[in-house]
Amino acid sequence: MTSLTSLTIAAARDGLKKKAFSARELTDAYLDAMAKARVLNAYVVETPEQARAMADASDARIAKSEAGALEGIPLGIKDLFATKGVHTQAASHVLDGFKPPYESTVTSNLWRDGAVMLGKLNMDEFAMGSSNETSYYGNVINPWRRRNSNAALVPGGSSGGSASAVAAHICAGATATDTGGSIRQPAAFTGTVGIKPTYGRCSRWGVVAFASSLDQAGPIARDVRDAAILLKSMASVDAKDTTSVDHPVPDYEAVIGKPIKGLRVGIPREYRVDGTPAEIDALWDKAAKWLKEQGAEIVEISLPHTKYALPAYYIVAPAEASSNLARYDGVRYGLRVPGDDIVSMYENTRAAGFGREVQRRVMIGTYVLSAGYYDAYYVRAQKVRTLIKQDFDKAWDKVDVVLTPATPSPAFAPGEITDPVQMYLNDIFTVTVNMAGLPGISVPGGLSEQGLPMGLQLIGKPFDEATLFQVGYAIEEAAGKFEAPKWW
Amino acid sequence: MSVDQKTVRRIAHLARIKVSEEDVPRLEGELNSILHWIEQLNEVDVQGVEPLTSVVAMEMKKRQDVVTDGHYPTDVTKNAPASEDEFFMVPKVVE
Repeated sequence: MTSLTSLTIAAARDGLKKKAFSARELTDAYLDAMAKARVLNAYVVETPEQARAMADASDARIAKSEAGALEGIPLGIKDLFATKGVHTQAASHVLDGFKPPYESTVTSNLWRDGAVMLGKLNMDEFAMGSSNETSYYGNVINPWRRRNSNAALVPGGSSGGSASAVAAHICAGATATDTGGSIRQPAAFTGTVGIKPTYGRCSRWGVVAFASSLDQAGPIARDVRDAAILLKSMASVDAKDTTSVDHPVPDYEAVIGKPIKGLRVGIPREYRVDGTPAEIDALWDKAAKWLKEQGAEIVEISLPHTKYALPAYYIVAPAEASSNLARYDGVRYGLRVPGDDIVSMYENTRAAGFGREVQRRVMIGTYVLSAGYYDAYYVRAQKVRTLIKQDFDKAWDKVDVVLTPATPSPAFAPGEITDPVQMYLNDIFTVTVNMAGLPGISVPGGLSEQGLPMGLQLIGKPFDEATLFQVGYAIEEAAGKFEAPKWW
Repeated sequence: MSVDQKTVRRIAHLARIKVSEEDVPRLEGELNSILHWIEQLNEVDVQGVEPLTSVVAMEMKKRQDVVTDGHYPTDVTKNAPASEDEFFMVPKVVE
């Protein structure tokens, strides 16, 4: 029998149902694989006791024929999700020792459906980063390496632990979050599938806030079907998040394999950016050809305000972050560094507790919201955001889905990008989707000349995740799946 | 627009982040490089455009103004760096 950790969620689900193995055996196989893969630094904490207890409970429910949709499936949880009594620190020093007495809605939904928690996954501090180099717990390593090289590469960020763990088969699937590309960019860097659903599809309750008008939770998985299975369980309307939307959650898995004949696929000309490697553009052209061969109609479209999405994002997101992160003051939770008076205690705590990137963004946010600058920066950025959204609204008259590259390059090395603005440019293709609140999926399309995964992005109409899974699967069928050669 | 070192110190204080004197020039450079980059937004004609307030067209949800949760002060103060009798403890604020 093949190793249990090599099974997709769909395959593990079938094996558990047929009682080919137990949930406990499956969980033990993952715990064993995790212990051998610590060099990747994907987990900030492993929860083996809890995992085994949850797996045993799953076996009991399977025996009584009461299995849920994810019964016995071992998952990794990004450290941004509140998990009751378990390390929840957004990979920040400022939340030292924080163990919430409550559970996030997304993880509650997963446990309701029978999933098993293996541990908490590393990430960029407060989800601010595109390389997983800003974590207080150190860099996450990408399981992928350049051909004939031993040099470490970044897994992307901020959900770098989630992407690395899924790619290395040290969880069956993972939760992640995406504010500007934090699900799709690491998925593209690791040859995995990641979907950021429509804003409001998943509850944000119990997810540590970064930029509240942009943050959305979603899964990272090994293939399109697994991502569909996970999102079905994660999504829900929630009285505790007034921005969660009361819209039925469809059976996303049902569209896998549905023909794409007649679907109109938009190719936005503004996504041809100077300096993008030729192999990324070539992959994009190849994907359009695959879809055309399967009967889709390729339509060139224009999204004229694309180039302004990233600078507008770097006003809106830091502004919201500076407000959301005001709560870390050394009083109610986490780190406290004493001072001469209460203000110096706040200042000392936040100086010691926040890393450099977080401090930079909080300061940018504070500046753009400060007296005299609010209209020039924040209001203007929100107006540009309206224009970005209108670009997409117009596109939906002509097309059903938009196809773009996911990232402007494959994975790079730690330390390779030190200039903040250069790092921000990683999200150039993904950030428009957050600004317009749309769903976007990243699906592996092929390997670069150096043997690294490259991702394709599909952007959908609001709440039309189903079409993303349908077309994403069509790409996966044409491109195949990609697995990192094991070296750890 | 750009920031000078005095503004950097003012922003840091507004954000309640202690910044050492040797870090001020570094932050001045970093913040200015970000601010110069976002200045390209000035090219966009935003005349008559409404700022975006919600990406999803939906009516704001409302609920009755009633208490729906609470009565567990031990849980609430459990993670505090300093607490006493279910109160958060802070340095003296009022003389």
